[in-house]
Amino acid sequence: MRNFYLIARKELHSYFSSPVAYVVITMFLVITGYFFYNLFASFSILSFQASTNPAIANQKNLLNITETVVRPLFGNISMIMLLMVPLLTMRLFSEEKKSGTIELLLTYPVTDMEVILGKFFACLTVFLLMLLLTATYPVLLFVFGEPEVGPVLTGYVGLVLMGAAFISLGIFTSSLTENQIIAATLSFGILFLFFMMGYSISLMGPILGNLMIYISLIGHLEGFAKGVIDTMDIIYYAVFITLFIFLTLRVLESKKWRG
Amino acid sequence: MIQVEKLTKSYGNYQALKEITFSVEKGEILGFLGPNGAGKTTTMRILTCFFPATSGKATVAGFDVFEEPHEVRKRIGYLPESVPLYRDMVVTDYLSFVAGIKGVAGREVKKRVDVVMDECGLTHMSHKLISELSKGYRQRVGLAQALVNEPEVLILDEPTAGLDPKQIIDIRKLIKGLAGKRTIILSTHILPEVSMTCQRVIIINEGKVIAVDTPQNLTSNIQGAGRIAVKVDGPWQEVVKGLSGISGISRVDRKEGGSGISEFIIDTAKGLDVRKDIAPLIVKNGWGLLELKPVEMSLEDIFVKLVTKE
Repeated sequence: MRNFYLIARKELHSYFSSPVAYVVITMFLVITGYFFYNLFASFSILSFQASTNPAIANQKNLLNITETVVRPLFGNISMIMLLMVPLLTMRLFSEEKKSGTIELLLTYPVTDMEVILGKFFACLTVFLLMLLLTATYPVLLFVFGEPEVGPVLTGYVGLVLMGAAFISLGIFTSSLTENQIIAATLSFGILFLFFMMGYSISLMGPILGNLMIYISLIGHLEGFAKGVIDTMDIIYYAVFITLFIFLTLRVLESKKWRG
Repeated sequence: MIQVEKLTKSYGNYQALKEITFSVEKGEILGFLGPNGAGKTTTMRILTCFFPATSGKATVAGFDVFEEPHEVRKRIGYLPESVPLYRDMVVTDYLSFVAGIKGVAGREVKKRVDVVMDECGLTHMSHKLISELSKGYRQRVGLAQALVNEPEVLILDEPTAGLDPKQIIDIRKLIKGLAGKRTIILSTHILPEVSMTCQRVIIINEGKVIAVDTPQNLTSNIQGAGRIAVKVDGPWQEVVKGLSGISGISRVDRKEGGSGISEFIIDTAKGLDVRKDIAPLIVKNGWGLLELKPVEMSLEDIFVKLVTKE
């Protein structure tokens, strides 16, 4: 437990002693802020039009701020996460492999699991901070409109789970290589495939199609953004995270049998 | 303290270590000598549980390296050759992190860190970033992190590589100062280092142990015959004739000579000191004896001899 805490603290320290965390968080906020502005501005124009145009005013769904701003906003944030999280995770093992510090770290009396979890939670903390700062957008919505509280909260739960899943995959790809660019490219590529799997369901039969929907990352955020907490979604993320942490553990252990 | 038996390590088809066997007593400094790629680092990585051997057995402080790596790791301090440190950390923070992770109790950490910084001459650098330190100081930080938990066994991979002569002397002094209290394995390919710091030497080449002994014994055993250098002021042909007449001298070589003064190299039978016969001979003939000294083979010569013999 103490080793886990020490490693997590050390990793957090190196995120913030270099510009990495600041740059990633800033770009994340700039892009998500831009999306939020667009969604919010079009919603307010739509509202003005509805006051004079009864045809628009009759479309109740469009004038629901939760439907037209909150839900798409969570979708947009998840896309930007897809771009930014690999940049947070890529250094976790690659850097240690390149500089050789992994040799010292793994000859200290720590278990591989403590090392992985320490790094995982350090990265998760940076991610949570990043996500916390986006809370200004829903706060603004509450100031100027009346969105439902439920979907905003569950949406964030969904984003946290999704972020943790992204991080677990990122740690895995980082453990595979000593090159940070390869680590980032691999995790971005794999995440993107998981994200986009849903696109090909129209080409498949019902069984395979449903399977693809279930495996696809994006489908599991929908429910949360609507205000629904489905155990299937939680299990999906839990399995995803456990799988990649387990695979990372295997990669670290593989040095024991690889010639 | 350290027992290594028939340790073998293969990388694919390449055998880096071939049935290495040796042991190190408690409190001893053992020099690990060998050319580049001989298997020094591989042996050290096995002993520090970084990776296991393909076959064979190794125990450190009574714990098997393969069965109980956690217990072994608690008892060793390791300095890898490349001195990998977290360069974005301040010296004290880094050493406190290592102390904590090596199991130094929370309230002891600060005290231990202060002690090792003092031992390694780092106190005035304590608040610098490691990336700002010179190579010599980084080496000291590396040594400090190895020492911070007061390990019973220290494994140092080329601790003086890349340092300036003054720093080399400082580091050697530091290592020598630790002898007795701790068991130390030290690898190097610089020979004088071994004769200066180590009580025992293992020479390995191409993954095999080719000699294990004290530096002094290695010198005298390998040397075989004795060798003496004499500088004489006198007619060299006569001197050679005179010297060759002494019993026990097998060969006389005139190395160089100018006007009257010549240097001779004399080979003698093993274990026979003919110096006391040479001096009276020269004096009796009225030549001038300018120099008379035994020639010892340096470790360099022995090393080259052993390695090329293979």
